[in-house]
This record gives sequence, C-alpha cells and structure tokens, in this order.
Amino acid sequence: MSRLLRFSQLWQLIVALFREIIREPGVLFWGILFPILMSLGLGLAFTKKADVTRKVAVINSREITSTVTPPGVVDEFLKKSCERNSSQEKGSWQWKYVIIDEKLGNSIFLFYNMPWKEAMQLLKRGTINVILIDADGSVEYHFDPMNPDAQLTYLKLGTLFGKGELISEHNNAEIKPLTVSGTRYIDFLVPGLITMGVMMSSMWGISYGIIEKRSKKLLRRLVATPMKKSHFLIALITVRIAMNFIESTVLFLFSLIAFKITIQGDISALIVMFLAGNIAFSGIAVFVSSHTSNTEVGNGLINFVVFPMMILSGIFFSYQNFPEWSLPVIKNLPLTMLTDGIRSIFNEGAGYHEVALPIIILLSVGALFFTAGLKIFKWH
Amino acid sequence: MRSGMSGNPSRLSMRSGGINLKIPKGQFVALLGPNGAGKTTLVEMIEGIQKPDKGEITIMGKKWKGNEDELHNIIGLSLQETRFIDKLRVSETLLLFAGFFNLGKDRVNEIIKIVGLEEKRKSYVVNLSGGQRQRLAIGIALINYPAILLLDEPTTGLDPNARREIWEILRNLKEKSETSMILTTHYMEEAENLCDYIVIMDSGVILREGTLSQLLEEETNEKVVEFTAENGLFNNYIHTGQSPFKIHPGETKEKGFVKLKDFETELPAFMAFMKSNNIALKHMECRRKTLDDLFVSLTGRKINE
Repeated sequence: MSRLLRFSQLWQLIVALFREIIREPGVLFWGILFPILMSLGLGLAFTKKADVTRKVAVINSREITSTVTPPGVVDEFLKKSCERNSSQEKGSWQWKYVIIDEKLGNSIFLFYNMPWKEAMQLLKRGTINVILIDADGSVEYHFDPMNPDAQLTYLKLGTLFGKGELISEHNNAEIKPLTVSGTRYIDFLVPGLITMGVMMSSMWGISYGIIEKRSKKLLRRLVATPMKKSHFLIALITVRIAMNFIESTVLFLFSLIAFKITIQGDISALIVMFLAGNIAFSGIAVFVSSHTSNTEVGNGLINFVVFPMMILSGIFFSYQNFPEWSLPVIKNLPLTMLTDGIRSIFNEGAGYHEVALPIIILLSVGALFFTAGLKIFKWH
Repeated sequence: MRSGMSGNPSRLSMRSGGINLKIPKGQFVALLGPNGAGKTTLVEMIEGIQKPDKGEITIMGKKWKGNEDELHNIIGLSLQETRFIDKLRVSETLLLFAGFFNLGKDRVNEIIKIVGLEEKRKSYVVNLSGGQRQRLAIGIALINYPAILLLDEPTTGLDPNARREIWEILRNLKEKSETSMILTTHYMEEAENLCDYIVIMDSGVILREGTLSQLLEEETNEKVVEFTAENGLFNNYIHTGQSPFKIHPGETKEKGFVKLKDFETELPAFMAFMKSNNIALKHMECRRKTLDDLFVSLTGRKINE
C-alpha cells in the first residue's frame, strides 16, 4: 500500500480521536480552565501578602496585688499603644495593635485578657498560639516551640516589647523582598503545573482512552480491519500531545499576563523538553493500559503511577525536604526530571547544554515503555 | 455436509472438533443455539482471534496465519455490543472505517442509504437508538463489500420493529450481492426468515444442520397436535406402548402433544382414542412443526430457556 494511503488512514484516525476529545464539554473545563484556576489560586495565595491576624492571650497575674508595684511592660504597652475595644462583649478582643508593613504584609495583634485555664483551652483549640504573662519586670511567653506560627508570633511580639522594656517599632529597611521574576513562588509553581498537566493528561487521556475502547470492544472491531495497529496508538498519542500543547500554552499565556512570568532560557530547548516529557508519559500510558479491559483496574493502575510522582516530584513544594537517602530516587523519576528541566529553562536560563541528558533519558523511557507495551498489547 | 454445490467453491470452510462447515458464495448460514452453545467461540475462530483446538478454518481457501491483512480486507464483522466513539457522527464513523479500506465518501453515502440512516447521518453515535446503532454496526460490516459477513447476534435485545428493519437490510443484501453470511442467533424466526442453511448448536457441538425444510422433515409432512386435557389421565399412556399414538408430555401435567402425518384419518382416530379412554379435551391446536419443536426433541428443553 502506498505511503500516501497509509498516511491518510493515520490522518483519519487522528481527526476522529481529536473530535472525540474536543466535543466533550468537560475537556474545556478540566483541561484548560482548571489549571488556570489552580495557578491563580495558588499563585495569589503565595505571592500576595495578606494581612495576618495573630491572637494572643494576656494573663495579668499582678492585677490582684497591683497598686504598689509599677505597671508591667505588657500593661503599659497595651494601655499606651493599643486601640481599646469599645465592645465589651464576652469573647471579643480587648486591645488591638497593627504593624503596618508593606513588604511582609500587615500583622494585626489581638489581645485577650483571660485567666490561665481559659487561655489553655483556646490554645489547645488553635484559636490562639501564644500566652503572655506579665511577670514582675519581665514578660513570659508560653507557646509550643514546635509550632512555627507560634514562634513567629513570639518573635514579632518580642520586637515590640523585648524582655521587659518597650522597644519602639523597628524599621525593616534591611529586608529586601525578592520579587524579581524567577525567584517568586509562582515562578516555581507554573512550570510544575505544566509538567503535572502533561503527566495527568497523558496518563488519563491515553490509558483511560485505550482501556475504555477495549472494554467497548472497539479495539477488537478496529483490528478486524486492515488498520495498522501502531497507527491507532500513534494517533492517540499525537492527539494527546496536541491537546497538552494547547493546554500548556494557555496556562503559560495566562501566567505571562497575570504574573509576568518569563522564560529565561532557550525556548526551543523548552519545546524539545516538553515533547520528550510527553513522549515519556505516552509510552508509560500505553504500557500501563496494555492489558486490562476493566476501567476500575485501570483507575488503580493509573493512580499507582501518577500518585507517587505527584507527591514526590516537587510540583507544589521543593522535594529537597524529603530525607537525604530518598533524593537520588526522587530526582530520577520521570516527572521530577521533566519538572526540574522545564523549571531550569524557565527560571535559571538553561539551554540544551543543561537539559540534553534528561531529554535523552525521557525519550528512551518513552520508547522503551511504548515498545514493551505494544508487544504485550491486548486488542481483544 | 454437503450444502456446497459442486462448481461453487466454498468461501469458508471449517473443521474443528465436532464442527464441519462449508459455506458457498451467497449462502446465508444461521448458527442457532441458546446462550452458551459456543456460537461466540465459533465467531471468534472465524474472526481469527481464537485458534481452533484442532482442525482448521479457511476463508476463500486461505488460513488466517500469514494472511491477516488479506483476510481482514474481505471480512465484514459486527460483534455483539460493540460501541463506537460516542461523540463521532454517523457519517464520520463510517468514513473512518471506509478509510481503512481506502474507500471514501461515496461508499459512505451508499452505506447510509443501505442501512437507512439518512436522517441520522449527522447524529452523534451516542444519540442513536439501539436499533440505529445496530444498523450502523451492520453498515460498518458491509463497508468493504465483504465476501464473508459475520454477524454475532445482530438483533439481540432489539424490539420487533427494529429487528424487522435489520432483516430487511439483510434480505436486500442477499438479493443484490454475492456476500456469504454467517449469523448467530437464538431467535428461531431469524434463522427461518433469513437463512438458507441452519446449524443448530448446543454445548459446543452441532446437533443438526440443513435447510429449513430438511430440518423440519417437511417431506414427511408431520404436523403437531397440542392439546389440554381435563385430567392427567393421558399421562398413563405416555411411553407405555398401550396407545396407538406416541403421546409426548407438554409443559404442564394437563398438556401434551402428538405428531400426526395424515390428518384426515389419524385425527379422528386420535379423538376416538381419547374419548374411549375417558380423557376429556379442553383445548386442541394443530400447527406445523417448528425449529423449536426440533430443538426440544434434540435437547429436551426450549431454546430460549
């Protein structure tokens, strides 16, 4: 059969499978809108400094014996510098102090006057995380040292009234927030969202597509024609890569406009790396779905592959916090390799030189799994 | 078997275990049997995805091994419960399959006409009714002008109207083409109505085969007289040899039937016999023999039980 005819058969398959996808209205939402919403949500949550409210319990142990002894540091601070709450409702704050800070975000301190027992209860519930005791001439801070948020409250309070004497509000001119693109959380996040999208779409799109068509007996019907078997899989993969390309481009363009994200490295290397990642996951997807015709089993298999990588590969947070011994494994997972590569092109200005090796590895992974999958592939 | 006329080489020949089939050009063959009779296994062997334990299958004189591409080109297939791509239109689905055989839009239009889906050509497959889906499946099976058409239970689960529409398509096909067809079914009427040759199967073996009239021994002109008697007295005469008629038990204690060849003399004699033995008849019905009767006499149960 002539090459042209073969190509036209492949083209027919590609067109049919492409139509199948784009005619499903859910595709628009889950494939395109959802990643944008996710980047928007996470991006805003981690880049815009919101006002933080810190609630503190104050126990005035000296109130009973008071008149003779001079007023405590905390007392003085509260009375002199804080806004007093006019509402005397039970459970509402008594004093409020606001640190205006454009760089780090405003901190609002709400002070509650209460006995120790009640304060402990609120601490256990997480409503407050620091208890202040105005001891003679000094301030005692009671908090859980393992709670970083409590530590931060302690440090901030410490800058207000130190160990006993009131310190004037310090200036934070020495803090230089890193807002250059490439160093922000959103710069870390968007490449991860793109690569995770590639993995998820490839695995679910291709694997699930195959398993579903097998269970519908459509595969069996297709191979009862002179259709070339590899054409079917190639068409499925081509369509998926095209969809991934569209989805990723839309996500990137959105991040470009909303967060001014930039690609500092070689764009052509980025495209090649992206394709290599697609091919790797397409190969794995074909392998995973080579046998079963049960969609429930398929679900499990796909999750088995996808889930560990989603957690370990540093999509949302750096994997450097995992134990030292696990890092060599984590770094060699396909998703980690792809994500690290794409991130380095986005944020560190990497080019072919830096990403050539991962590209070759990803391509080999894809080819290996595809060939093995095709070999054991069940068409009926 | 011996349905192959001389000078008309068989298009499909199969020998496997208890099965020996030869199907000549243009013949429609029904594989009739209850669920679990082994029809689907047979279809899978013909389709080439299952190897016969022993024996062999040749299609147009060729075995599957090494001839896959060629045989795929001449076989048309409609499987039980195949579902096509939901969000593809009828015409697009046909075009996809036509492409595998290097056929184009013209053939698609012909097929749409043949299976009567003109009004649905733009509909998504998912929106078709059961009968329309089955017609589409048959359309796809016919797209490559197959020499052998293989239909696995094409009308199972369809309502009588949809079933008749499919029969109509197949009857037209028989008139206009030389396609040989193998159809599996557990509907007697389907086999009787459509097929020249009927193979009755059960538990993986062929019980009887032949043309409809051969199977029903129509030359012997046997008729069935079913009756309902007031009491179960007639049961005493079953298998006893005391009766001049061979009385068969029916579905209930009160029912039975006899087979008669000559109504004019045998029927009055039968009535007289019943009366003389004090068996009062409540109801009586004469009809010709059906495949159902044959199946019951072969297996002791009805085909759709």
